[in-house]
Amino acid sequence: MKKLIVILLLAVLAWDLGVIFLGLNFGNEHFTEGVKDQYLEKTVTELNVANTVTSIVVNFRGFDTLGEVTVLFLAATALGGILYKKRHHVGERSVLFPSSSLVMSGSKLLFPAIILLGVYVFVHGHLSPGGGFQGGTIIATGFLLMLLAYDNYSVSHNLLSIIESLAGIFFVVIGLLGFMNHGTFLENFLPTGTLNNLFSGGVIPIVYILIGFKVAAELTGVIYTVLHEKD
Amino acid sequence: MYLILFIVLLIIMLGAAVYAVVQKDLLVAVIATGVISLILAILFYLLQAPDVALTEAAIGVALTTIIFVITIRNTVRYEDEHDKNKKSNS
Repeated sequence: MKKLIVILLLAVLAWDLGVIFLGLNFGNEHFTEGVKDQYLEKTVTELNVANTVTSIVVNFRGFDTLGEVTVLFLAATALGGILYKKRHHVGERSVLFPSSSLVMSGSKLLFPAIILLGVYVFVHGHLSPGGGFQGGTIIATGFLLMLLAYDNYSVSHNLLSIIESLAGIFFVVIGLLGFMNHGTFLENFLPTGTLNNLFSGGVIPIVYILIGFKVAAELTGVIYTVLHEKD
Repeated sequence: MYLILFIVLLIIMLGAAVYAVVQKDLLVAVIATGVISLILAILFYLLQAPDVALTEAAIGVALTTIIFVITIRNTVRYEDEHDKNKKSNS
């Protein structure tokens, strides 16, 4: 009986989805025209941004990016809620064998270079490939290297939360400023400058820098919690 | 020439995927999944999607692999180790 009901419900769901997707004309000229050309056109003429992907992700589809950042935030929070326990001292995690001095000094040498690469990637998000998510992940990888090489290396959880929250708040504030000035959320309200300059694209570099900070803080927090989890 | 490079990369990717499923040593399996992500990043780059390639390289190759390695260190390394422990205990 139960199985029958499940099969019936699934059939209804499949029927509904089928009706929706059969109605869309994927691959037809009607579907591929229109929006695509608008993006390619307006990226250069209106926003003065060299990287079309960035302009779509942060400006034309900025609201989706806010959703993505929220998903990442919720995932990190849930993981922290499950795994994080308050401890008085930090150097408690299980170490199979201590890292050699070669690994320690090598990672100390590499750490600033990795951070610099991450910062470069998200500051130049509107000029070259990459952006906030990629740069943030690279920075988190740098912190991961330090956490693995040094047993007693620790990052402040409070500082990470503050950076994360501030970046999220400023993202929404910039969106609201665009709403107040031009009538849509995350609309560009700053001067766009000239193409291929570092200070161009209006609000896009600012938003990407904020996303970079947010993603770096979140992923570092995730790695830190996973690494210190011990039952 | 381009097509041959593509096919070789795809074959390596398929091989790594099958190896990751078959392998009993989970650490080796995780490294194999890292190889899949690495080749996927190269393919994205060849298909002229450098943004996606950067994301794949940073998340797929570095972060996911390391998180899996940490998980393996906290649990068991071999696939049937857990079952053996259970049997010997009971």
